[in-house]
Amino acid sequence: MSSITFDGVTVRYPGAESDAVENVSFECDDGELVVLLGPSGCGKSTLLRTVNRLVPLAAGRVRIDGNDVNALDAVELRRSVGYVIQAVGLFAHMTVAQNVAVVPSLRGWSRDETARRVDELLRMIGLDPAAYRDRRPSRLSGGEAQRVGVARAIAARPRALLMDEPFGAVDAIVRTALQRELVRIVAELHTTTLFVTHDMDEAFRLADRIVVMRSGRVEQVARPQELFERPATEYVRDLVHAGDDVYRRYFMRGRALLRGLAE
Amino acid sequence: MAELWAHVAQHLTLAGAALALALLAGLPLGVLAAESAGLRGGVLALAGVGRTLPSLAVLMLLLPWLGVGMAPAIVALALLAIPPIVISVDLAIRGVPAAALDAAAGMGMTPLQRFARVVVPLALPVSFSGLRTAATETIASATLATFIGAGGLGDEIVRGLQTDDAALLFAAAAVVAALALGADLALGAAGRIVAPRT
Ligand SMILES: Nc1ncnc2c1ncn2[C@@H]1O[C@H](COP(=O)(O)OP(=O)(O)O)[C@@H](O)[C@H]1O
Ligand SMILES: [Mg+2]
Repeated sequence: MSSITFDGVTVRYPGAESDAVENVSFECDDGELVVLLGPSGCGKSTLLRTVNRLVPLAAGRVRIDGNDVNALDAVELRRSVGYVIQAVGLFAHMTVAQNVAVVPSLRGWSRDETARRVDELLRMIGLDPAAYRDRRPSRLSGGEAQRVGVARAIAARPRALLMDEPFGAVDAIVRTALQRELVRIVAELHTTTLFVTHDMDEAFRLADRIVVMRSGRVEQVARPQELFERPATEYVRDLVHAGDDVYRRYFMRGRALLRGLAE
Repeated sequence: MAELWAHVAQHLTLAGAALALALLAGLPLGVLAAESAGLRGGVLALAGVGRTLPSLAVLMLLLPWLGVGMAPAIVALALLAIPPIVISVDLAIRGVPAAALDAAAGMGMTPLQRFARVVVPLALPVSFSGLRTAATETIASATLATFIGAGGLGDEIVRGLQTDDAALLFAAAAVVAALALGADLALGAAGRIVAPRT
């Protein structure tokens, strides 16, 4: 379906002394879930936001399916790429159904088709449509709101999904459930996904491949297993071996199992 | 009594026209202040100065240019009503959560769609509170229109003072207060109807 290619991507914010993202190149293959991992401020969000052109490039190129994003219409591009952020950003004045229906209605779907899709998505994320369709975001728990955020992002069947620390603000138990659902949904829909986190464990649970970042640059791009076995730099070695690796190995296996079940 | 009602009608006409005029100028100025970081300082400083000017001074200052009667009174009252509208609209728009704006942009809303579908509905409640302030202040200040011959309930109050008629004075003042309170309540109710549920 879709691939995302970064080719020498460099971003510098106006007035900044240095590049927020510096000469980053890697490819996210069709249907792959790639995690951008690194400490706060290392440029993960910035890199993610170059894909839907919320951030302009200073140099380099971002391609979706081989097309330079800068050659596409920004509004059309954004409607074809799902976007989920940590703060969720649900619209408080719209119901759950209206929130989920934003992109379908921007793209001119019929009322019936949109309503059917909304119900289908609410069921997919584990919320009973009859109970949740007409609720306001203020009456959702943090975990429910983030689920709706995910449903909203995938509503119009995007060619790719961009997720910026989507589960950072929910408690650990809900986070684990959301991660498990995400793996299932992404495998089911086969949606190419870029996922930002600073949480090692989350990265290891979700990723097909991990892009380790450090102050705007890429340290290593590798499958989780490889990061353990062949860390490219001292930095990566310290990162993956900090904390409980047994636990991480366990989750890598659990995730592989989940994917197998979904396929 | 008939004369009192005529004065009430005149008073409400003055205040209503002034408010309409103030909205026409204040809404775009408030949006401008909120959307343009460069202009915000200037617009808000002007609004701040406007708020500190005594109503009577504004009426008297405009007298040499606009003369006497309804029209100059309406302009003067509108000038007084613009600042609270500008200030509340700016506050309301800047209070729209950044995450909602980021999500709206990221989902592919055009700037106009973002404004109409996200900013306006979310900014309505706070903007309405500014309109309420402006309305009550305008109704109270319209009492002073009598000094430039524009009529209204100020006529009754002045007559009460001149004839030493405490009952008339009190009644007229009470009617002004009731109108202001009524407008505040009515706009509060309208705000609840117009503002989207959250
Ligand atoms: N809108 C912006 N304007 C200026 N600088 C920014 C902006 N957004 C991020 N930055 C800076 O760019 C760098 C990378 O930020 P970000 O991409 O948000 O990192 P991360 O998502 O990894 O925490 C940081 O130094 C941050 O301060
Ligand atoms: Mg970030």
